Amino acid sequence: MQERVVIAGFGGQGVMSMGQLLTYAGMIENKHVSWLPSYGPEMRGGTANCNVMVSDDPIGSPIVTEATTAVVMNLPSLYKFEDDVVKDGHLLINSSLIEEEANRDDVGVYYIPANEIAVELGNAKVANMVMLGAYLELTKIVKVESVIEALKKVFGESKAHLIPLNEKALAKGAEEVK
Amino acid sequence: MAKVFERTNGLTDKAFHYCPGCTHGIIHRLVGEVLEELDVLGEAVGVAPVGCSVFAYDYFNCDMHEAAHGRAPAVATGVKRVNPENVVFTYQGDGDLASIGAAEIVHAAARGENITTIFVNNAIYGMTGGQMAPTTLIGQKATTSPYGRDEKLTGKPIKVSEMLSTLDGAKFVERVSVHNAANIRKTKKAIKKAFELQLSGEGFGIVEILSTCPTNWGLTPLESLKWLEENMLPYYPLGNLRTPKEVE
Amino acid sequence: MAKVLMKGNEAIGAAAIKAGCHYFFGYPITPQNEIPEYMSRELPKVDGVFLQAESEVAAINMVYGAAGAGARVMTSSSSPGIALKQEGISYIAGAELPCVIVNIVRGGPGLGGIQPAQSDYYQATRGGGNGDYRHIVYAPSTLQETVDLVMESFDVAEQYRIPVMVVGDGMIGQMMEPVEFKKPKERPLAEKTWATTGTKGKRKPNIINSLFIDPQELEDHVHKLERKHEEIKKNETRFEEYNVEDADVVCVAYGTTSRIVKNAIKKCEEDGLKVGLIRPITLWPFPESAFDKITDKTKGLLAVEMSTGQMIDDVKIAIKGKKPVYFHGRTGGMVPNPTDIENEIRKIAGGEK
Repeated sequence: MQERVVIAGFGGQGVMSMGQLLTYAGMIENKHVSWLPSYGPEMRGGTANCNVMVSDDPIGSPIVTEATTAVVMNLPSLYKFEDDVVKDGHLLINSSLIEEEANRDDVGVYYIPANEIAVELGNAKVANMVMLGAYLELTKIVKVESVIEALKKVFGESKAHLIPLNEKALAKGAEEVK
Repeated sequence: MAKVFERTNGLTDKAFHYCPGCTHGIIHRLVGEVLEELDVLGEAVGVAPVGCSVFAYDYFNCDMHEAAHGRAPAVATGVKRVNPENVVFTYQGDGDLASIGAAEIVHAAARGENITTIFVNNAIYGMTGGQMAPTTLIGQKATTSPYGRDEKLTGKPIKVSEMLSTLDGAKFVERVSVHNAANIRKTKKAIKKAFELQLSGEGFGIVEILSTCPTNWGLTPLESLKWLEENMLPYYPLGNLRTPKEVE
Repeated sequence: MAKVLMKGNEAIGAAAIKAGCHYFFGYPITPQNEIPEYMSRELPKVDGVFLQAESEVAAINMVYGAAGAGARVMTSSSSPGIALKQEGISYIAGAELPCVIVNIVRGGPGLGGIQPAQSDYYQATRGGGNGDYRHIVYAPSTLQETVDLVMESFDVAEQYRIPVMVVGDGMIGQMMEPVEFKKPKERPLAEKTWATTGTKGKRKPNIINSLFIDPQELEDHVHKLERKHEEIKKNETRFEEYNVEDADVVCVAYGTTSRIVKNAIKKCEEDGLKVGLIRPITLWPFPESAFDKITDKTKGLLAVEMSTGQMIDDVKIAIKGKKPVYFHGRTGGMVPNPTDIENEIRKIAGGEK
């Protein structure tokens, strides 16, 4: 089994950390993982994206060319990555910021109002976790518990109080695609 | 008969390759004497330049490191940062220090790198055959300024000591000369002070020494000393530009 | 030790410190800035020294001084910065000092770009600096291999008293993969009796030098270096090989490009093609012996690079004209697409080329 994921959005939407958490969780489960970010001037305010591989076998190229899933957090990202998803793959769209519908009918398209859900939970910053929750529910590539464990390591003591909120966001996201 | 003079142990027995009348020999001896008098030959690491004193590594009786042209202060930085207990000095000419190595000397001084720089300014490139240096005087003829240095073409000579003394990291800056016995004594004093300040951890010290180049100036050794006095001293005034307050 | 998830550039820094490197001199340039940033944060914790130099030229000369003083020392940069460091690298090679230089390659020539490239192959293997010298060049393809090689580099550099360059690209530098820091194999490392640490009045002065004004002396010195280079070729050449014998097509690629090639090979295998891979891990010495296994059955070789073709020269030397050598590459920061590579392989296998 191999998941090849593109996660894209504006800088500041947490696309990089979302990818890192998924990668971290994969590592915790002893899977082969890699995380590859876009870098350079495009990171300054433009669209940021990262490629994540989670696989049972050693990973060749860390570059995602035929994505099993694309998680798009804003409209430019939808335009850029919609066509990269393989047939029967997943396209997760943040419908809070993307009003357009996808053109693909050969992939599973999911519209998730991630920002609204995050605001309802009390913190707009967890929109990325809502999307990650939905993604995990669809693919089951890693356990939610592994993501929580990864979060604990990334957050450390000082931000441990944010864990319950993130947990809720993951669960809400999962509900959206059940 | 009592011995009134002997070679310093600060220098090896290797015969100098310098031209007759060149003052590098005197300056080498002063540095060697100071290292010996301060009893730091066993701790000393010298960094040799590219230029006439390129073979300095054969002459000083201590560990030596040959550097690329202009880079002696960077090499000395590497040596000193690894072993701060070593007494580290660079020995550089004007082409090496003031031209190609301008960035390295400025930043070593700015960092207050705890090293000592012996800067020999003879207003010309010696080793390569008498080309114009950044310190060549206006009107002075060199093989690449055959009509005399023209300010409109190449600007005015760089006053290294004045420039470096604007930097807080440069704790000791003094310009001296070796054109007569009195000044040679003053030069030795300045060199000693610069090394003493390194030993007390003060920071960067540089002694700019006005020197002669009879061969490339096209003068006899005696005429050269006179030329230095008459032409270099007015443009490069001698004196201390920076000394830490507590040791003044 | 447990695996940790790290960004390539930071993993390089961590590996260096774990290998006992306590001195780092560098200058900022994208895409390797996380290395000096990491070192500036971590070296003070081990009583080491991080110093941001005024230029790449100064940085490599500080490395020269520190290496001469006997320290384990490293610098890192990216392509145009490495070009500036060539002066010092040549001196360090000439003076036979150990040090580690990391090049996180970006596209060129000139200021070029900042995206991944392999266009510094000539610079790394042909000696960007002056004179008759070589230095070891490692080209890892995963982060685990990167940390392994960085750690081993310090030992190798000291064993042979030679600069070791580790060549990555923006992808290696920026990506994250799990890594584990493992102690490299023991090597016979002599005491650094040559270092300029002060005579303490107990020995003759040590002189670190690359100047030999007498041509006979210089020739003798260069021949000595050459003998050392031969020794390194014999002992330190490294490569990965996969299905080379009787393959229809043998690909040659290094670093991150080799990972993309592996994807393409897998696709070809699904259709019953037998495709081999030679992945040089040392770019110098180039693993020429790996090509001896190629049999008459092979139709041709395909060199894949992120350049317009530089390593291909070494591939041609290694195959000694016995097989045609084809090329596929992207450059300027563009990364080869596995499908394009796949198509090239199929063309060679099908006799279209």
